[in-house]
Amino acid sequence: MASAFLPALGRLAVCGGTHGNELSGVYLVQEMERQRKEKGDGAWPIPVTTVLSNPRAVKECRRYIDTDMNRCFSRAMLSSPITDSSPYELQRAQELNNLLGPKESADAIDMICDLHNTTSNMGLTLIHYTSSDWVTLHICKYLQTKITKVPVRVLVLDFQISDAYSSDSVSKHGFTIEVGPQPHGVVRADIYFIMKEAVDMTIDWIHKFNSGTVFEGGDMEAFKFIKSIDYPRDPETRTLTAAIHPQLQDRDFCLLKRGDPLFLSFSGETVKYEEEEPLHPFFINECAYYEKGMAFHLAKRLTLTIPTVQVQKH
Amino acid sequence: MSSRANISCLQEAKRVAIFGGTHGNEMSGIMLVNMWIENAAEIERNRLVTKPFISNPRAVEKCTRYINTDLNRAFTSENLSAPDVEGLPYEVRRAKEINQMFGPKGSSDAYDVIFDLHNTTSNMGSTLILESSTDLFNLQMVHYIKKAMAPHTCSVLLNEHPQLKYSTTRSVAKHPIGLEVGPQPQGVLRSNVFESMRTILKHALDFIELFNSGVEFPPCTVEVFRVQERMDYPRDTNGNITAMVHPHLQDCDWEPLNQGDPMFLTFDGRTILYEGASTVYPTFINEAAYYEKQQAFMTTCREILAANAIRKAFK
Repeated sequence: MASAFLPALGRLAVCGGTHGNELSGVYLVQEMERQRKEKGDGAWPIPVTTVLSNPRAVKECRRYIDTDMNRCFSRAMLSSPITDSSPYELQRAQELNNLLGPKESADAIDMICDLHNTTSNMGLTLIHYTSSDWVTLHICKYLQTKITKVPVRVLVLDFQISDAYSSDSVSKHGFTIEVGPQPHGVVRADIYFIMKEAVDMTIDWIHKFNSGTVFEGGDMEAFKFIKSIDYPRDPETRTLTAAIHPQLQDRDFCLLKRGDPLFLSFSGETVKYEEEEPLHPFFINECAYYEKGMAFHLAKRLTLTIPTVQVQKH
Repeated sequence: MSSRANISCLQEAKRVAIFGGTHGNEMSGIMLVNMWIENAAEIERNRLVTKPFISNPRAVEKCTRYINTDLNRAFTSENLSAPDVEGLPYEVRRAKEINQMFGPKGSSDAYDVIFDLHNTTSNMGSTLILESSTDLFNLQMVHYIKKAMAPHTCSVLLNEHPQLKYSTTRSVAKHPIGLEVGPQPQGVLRSNVFESMRTILKHALDFIELFNSGVEFPPCTVEVFRVQERMDYPRDTNGNITAMVHPHLQDCDWEPLNQGDPMFLTFDGRTILYEGASTVYPTFINEAAYYEKQQAFMTTCREILAANAIRKAFK
């Protein structure tokens, strides 16, 4: 297979606390900062910047202060004028864009890993906003082979970079490391160490790549976001009238077929999946999505083919 | 062998309240109470009056534990007698209102029973919380509920500790009962947790109905876990936690913790062991709301409480 020769990666930014109550990333970034104080820049084999993205939300252990920071990084949001009444998170997103970007420019940092937790049973899910970034996809493939304690899945969205709204779209390559299930406001040791391993293996890949290792291409499985489904709600009050069905709860990435249970109403009825096309549910019962009108998302499974890659020699 | 002299005759329990949303992000109780406010058929019984009630509506609206201060710690006599001044925290004002509606606490006018519905991020399963080891009505009720729920386990937590006991919303009633079901993340509604809580309440109301109709409940024993100690996370000089609950302890609520067992794991991978001399039964392990209350878990000891036979007092 022909190799793609790609430039070496300069610097990685590890961002925690984009949502202030998703604690694995908060504590991992703090631990990495402690290691840097102890060992200096030699703590890692490549240059690493650590960032606590939303310090005010972290301090209050809340998802956000004014608005969801992880929706603030689209081109439109990053270029909107800041006034005194602008949401805190928008101001902060623009600060981070100055620090790590500017997004879509040659000066942007090479890689951002944005650390998140979910109340959904998603194991380790690596989320990227396109399906055509081979560096990011190779790292995902590498993590899939190296991490065996939990399922490691790759989720691709289908955004143009200008529309991509999450912080990992500021860098040239980047992805979200999403680990669950963990309640917001809680740090679980098992989940923390899965996230730590994902970050360590990402650093490991970058170091190996920069040092000349050839990473074989091939096919890899990914899930592509299709749409979201809301809870059944009372038409007037909009309050929930059902919960995720016990047979769907915690079964992220299973295959949903026509007739499978989705919701169990408080009066005991089962609401079923009525669509023809079998799809894979994920972010099942994520706490933060109730206010966004989402009970779960649906994805299609696909096979991505990535080329062999190695670093460009000077 | 019981003689007639060993039966405790207790006052009928006519007025029963069910509180949801004492913490505005503990969803099972909020959804159940809202459902019952709409349609109370399920909680109606012939010989008692049930009132479903949202205790902290502002916190429920924001899906947050509390607005100014924890309502479930606010029912101190100091707060309940505080004058109505500007600047009084929302939950203190609310505590006074609740005390007017369902109390006054300690008086003969107070509601007979209050069930306070809570969720926890800890793996506690279905837990009933008592505040007194001598409340015969409550002991008989939890015994009834446990039997009715079997083989599903209901654990009973007794918090009678002089320093660690706190002034709960339900303490306004003559017979306060806490229902704590987990694990469930804050802000999330899990169907199995919701249905467990619903079933516990059904059995509880059945018990009160039977009691009020004159049924005699024979002497019984109840296994309880009595609160001993609050264990905090290891912290640095700035008060930040330096370790997490160890994976071997995580999710092991109600299981014995012995000297030398792993307890915490630091962020750089070092294990901290439990050093206590005797076996304890930890609970509320890794509850989200307790990080700010300096509690990683609580230790308890197992005890068997005995309760006399009870029946309704004849007028």
